[in-house]
Amino acid sequence: MFGLAPHPVKTPRGLVIGGGQVYAELNFTLPMMSINSNTLNEVYGHYREIAEGALERAVHLNSKGVVLEFETLLEMTKTPDIGVEIVKIMNEICEKYYQKHGLASEIRLTPNDLREFERPAKQRTSAYLEPMMELFEKGMIEGGDLLSIESTGGKEVSDEALMMCDVKGMVFALAVLGVRDMQFLWKKIVALANNHGKIAAGDSACGFANTAMVLAEKKYIPRVFASLVRVISVVRSIVAMEEGAVGPDKDCGYEGPFLKAITGIPISMEGKTAACAHLSPIGNIASACCDLWSNESVQNIKLLSGMAPTAYMEQLEYDARLMNQALIAGTVPSRILQQLLVASDVYTDPQALILSPENVIRISKELVKGDSYVANAKNGALAALDIIEEALRSGKMKLSELETSYLPILRDELNSIPENESDFVEMMLPLIDQSKFIPSEYGL
Amino acid sequence: MILYLLLFLNQTLNNNKMSELIEKLLEAVEFGKIDLKSPYPPQLRGMDGSQELTQKALETGINPQRILEEALIPAMGRVGKKFSENKIFVPQMLMSAKAMGASMIQLKPFFASGQMKSKGTFIIGTVKGDLHDIGKNLVAMMVEGGGWTIVDLGVDVGSERFIEALKNNPGAVVGLSALLTTTMVNMGDIVAGIRGFVPDTKILIGGAPVNADFCRSIGADFYAPDPQKAVEYLNKLAS
Repeated sequence: MFGLAPHPVKTPRGLVIGGGQVYAELNFTLPMMSINSNTLNEVYGHYREIAEGALERAVHLNSKGVVLEFETLLEMTKTPDIGVEIVKIMNEICEKYYQKHGLASEIRLTPNDLREFERPAKQRTSAYLEPMMELFEKGMIEGGDLLSIESTGGKEVSDEALMMCDVKGMVFALAVLGVRDMQFLWKKIVALANNHGKIAAGDSACGFANTAMVLAEKKYIPRVFASLVRVISVVRSIVAMEEGAVGPDKDCGYEGPFLKAITGIPISMEGKTAACAHLSPIGNIASACCDLWSNESVQNIKLLSGMAPTAYMEQLEYDARLMNQALIAGTVPSRILQQLLVASDVYTDPQALILSPENVIRISKELVKGDSYVANAKNGALAALDIIEEALRSGKMKLSELETSYLPILRDELNSIPENESDFVEMMLPLIDQSKFIPSEYGL
Repeated sequence: MILYLLLFLNQTLNNNKMSELIEKLLEAVEFGKIDLKSPYPPQLRGMDGSQELTQKALETGINPQRILEEALIPAMGRVGKKFSENKIFVPQMLMSAKAMGASMIQLKPFFASGQMKSKGTFIIGTVKGDLHDIGKNLVAMMVEGGGWTIVDLGVDVGSERFIEALKNNPGAVVGLSALLTTTMVNMGDIVAGIRGFVPDTKILIGGAPVNADFCRSIGADFYAPDPQKAVEYLNKLAS
């Protein structure tokens, strides 16, 4: 259910995420501009304006709490002091609104994963790891209370697998390379968070599963394939929780409902209010189990009503207010609202279909029953295929022949995957262009 | 007279065989059949792929330029059209590109010897600070399928590398890609850098945050909203 997670997360300023209400999570970025020594004051000014505008609006709307997500851009992570200064600026504003108006807000600090700037990426030995971790540490000290990242382990393999609709390649990228990198990275993040009493929140398979969704929206790849990629991504994102992350998982991780079903953590989700950043077929259903409701990212540009982040703050607040009113009204009204959110999307697209709560539970059972991450990815994807085919047979969902022609191919490919990781690695290594990735950087 | 008739008959048979090979090669590339062993596409299973058909075509004496112009380029043209009309997905297009690649490997020596000419050279890269390359790769693949020689500079490319590539490929057209609002601005610097080196270089741009207005504002020549439009623009330049 939205707003309710088995293991809520309490933040320093008193948000209880997953503890009975949904909060808005605002995400934003700079308008078109360069980031260099000449523009730094302007950059800082944008973030000051964004935080002030958004929190002022939240106060006017009687918000019960807000999360501001700060996803850093290249220069802000490469030179951590820039990112740290922005956290400091925004945290001072959060504190001001907390003291003056009692508005609880927190900053989610999400450094961008710099390691992919080297090609092939050096996941474990990259010199870029140091500034990333420095930003995490200094940024959390300055007020980044929730820690997240969109880590990129396996992306050098998944990019091609996505374009080739290669489900075995995706399982290799996510359930082997992604898992191994998540284990490496999240040990470090969780240790840092624990040292400073901060919250290791979670990772997002944005560069994998959301890339698949966006490509499917552009009609570049089949939607049925994108829905399988979403399910496969769960086995890599859940590693953050296995290493000690407690949520809220990141907004662009649409694998969140599976993580919530399996681990009980609260999650952030985005849907129709993220149309400013990308289109999706899951605008309503995405909110069915959310604890934070996000807009993905919007530029700080002027709209007729005001600055875009302020306008999106208002949209998010109204969505959250409706869900919270349903929660106050009781179990039956909240279930009805959830059912409407689900029913309005569920049979319009296979990516929506797999996100309905009952299908999330069914697939999640398959995602945890195996003895390896590879087996779990395979079983989860096969369960998703079963669900899609059942919906097609029942006539509730309709897909073009171009889409359905991929179903038997995907099933055959999944069935050919051995469940043992080493057997699978042995099968895949000769098939993958090894000039594009370094096996030793994944401990292979 | 009989000798003349035999020669004529032989010539006709040879012409028919050549046309048949060209037609089969076109079909192999259009549907992504790389070689005899390839299981894709199912309807051509067990049949020669572009690799074998190109070899046979060359052995039969078909001019390599004809192979390019009558089989490969039209095949990729059909593929591009089907993709634009949402009749196929990228994986099918990539299989066609791979099939074309298998053919081009055998034709490459003829480019080097001057017996064959491409439509031109297209230098492409994702601009400095930006790592997003899925769109760029698609454009490169479709432009190559349109008969152009590609120089792919990869990602995070500044003006120096574009200029260096232009030095090595005089007269080439340049394509710039970006996905971020904070990297699209680097396109302006790169355009200015290129114009400073060769003022009349044709430059096209693409990527999620850019549009025709931005293209004009930085002095680039063409904004391509999708890969097919990039191919159409380049083909106009070549015609």
